[in-house]
Amino acid sequence: MNTFPFSDWLVAAIFAVTIATTVVGALIAAFTKRIIRSVCGLAICSLGLAGLFYFLNSPFLALMEVLIYIGAVCVTIIFGVMLAEPDEPTPENFVKPFPVIAPLVSLAIGAGVFLGIAKLSLGHDWQTAAAGTVSDGSVHDIGVALLTTYSVPFELISLVLLVAILGALVIARTGRNKE
Amino acid sequence: MNPAQLYSQPAAYLVVAAFLLGVGIFGLIRRRTLIGMLISGELIFAAASLNFMAFNRFAAPDQTVGQIAVLFIMGLAAAEVAIALSIIIAVYRNYRSISSKELNELKG
Repeated sequence: MNTFPFSDWLVAAIFAVTIATTVVGALIAAFTKRIIRSVCGLAICSLGLAGLFYFLNSPFLALMEVLIYIGAVCVTIIFGVMLAEPDEPTPENFVKPFPVIAPLVSLAIGAGVFLGIAKLSLGHDWQTAAAGTVSDGSVHDIGVALLTTYSVPFELISLVLLVAILGALVIARTGRNKE
Repeated sequence: MNPAQLYSQPAAYLVVAAFLLGVGIFGLIRRRTLIGMLISGELIFAAASLNFMAFNRFAAPDQTVGQIAVLFIMGLAAAEVAIALSIIIAVYRNYRSISSKELNELKG
């Protein structure tokens, strides 16, 4: 038994807060007009996702989520926003081709995907008794697995990152030479 | 299902992941600029990694598998963002705009 009286409900409240952070962040990222607010929404969503990873017994991935998504991806996108100025004012004579139908259709597609997959995932009991019988997923086990079982993909991903850095430099540089 | 034990139910995580996927697809359709579409793509990546982690926690005998898969997804997402932003900046230099409506020529 727990010694603290309402600890179950406290954990449930923290879980609800992480889910709310994820959902609200995703909504901000998709629905706001200005791109910079959308980037902030992505950062909020990543923070909530880090909390969900923590609830899924992986504090290591929670830390990595904050480091990589908030610390690297969001900051890189903000640099792109600064360099490319995506928030140009819409011209006066701009007429939307389908002012009513287009938002409804995209909303229907998004809601359809969400409701369909949610109904599928609610209709089945996914828990198996074999979960966690081989390894409990500690950081030590992750390190050992990365250097033994997954050593080839581990090296390949460093190669992919190297090629991505070189490719990004080359693409951004050729545009500069043209002017 | 006890609401206080919701965090130990895989369906809760799967529904949140489905929501992220739906919002990401909605944003991918609705956004008019390339950076907005890139952000929606990141939401879809997040949905995939949440699904990996949920099934890893509740169904996998070896709990390191899903965590390593999500680590690789994060690495690929970082590489994708770097490439996409350099392409966006190159496009902006040529067109002075990154609105997806303006990008209608194959050879500038």
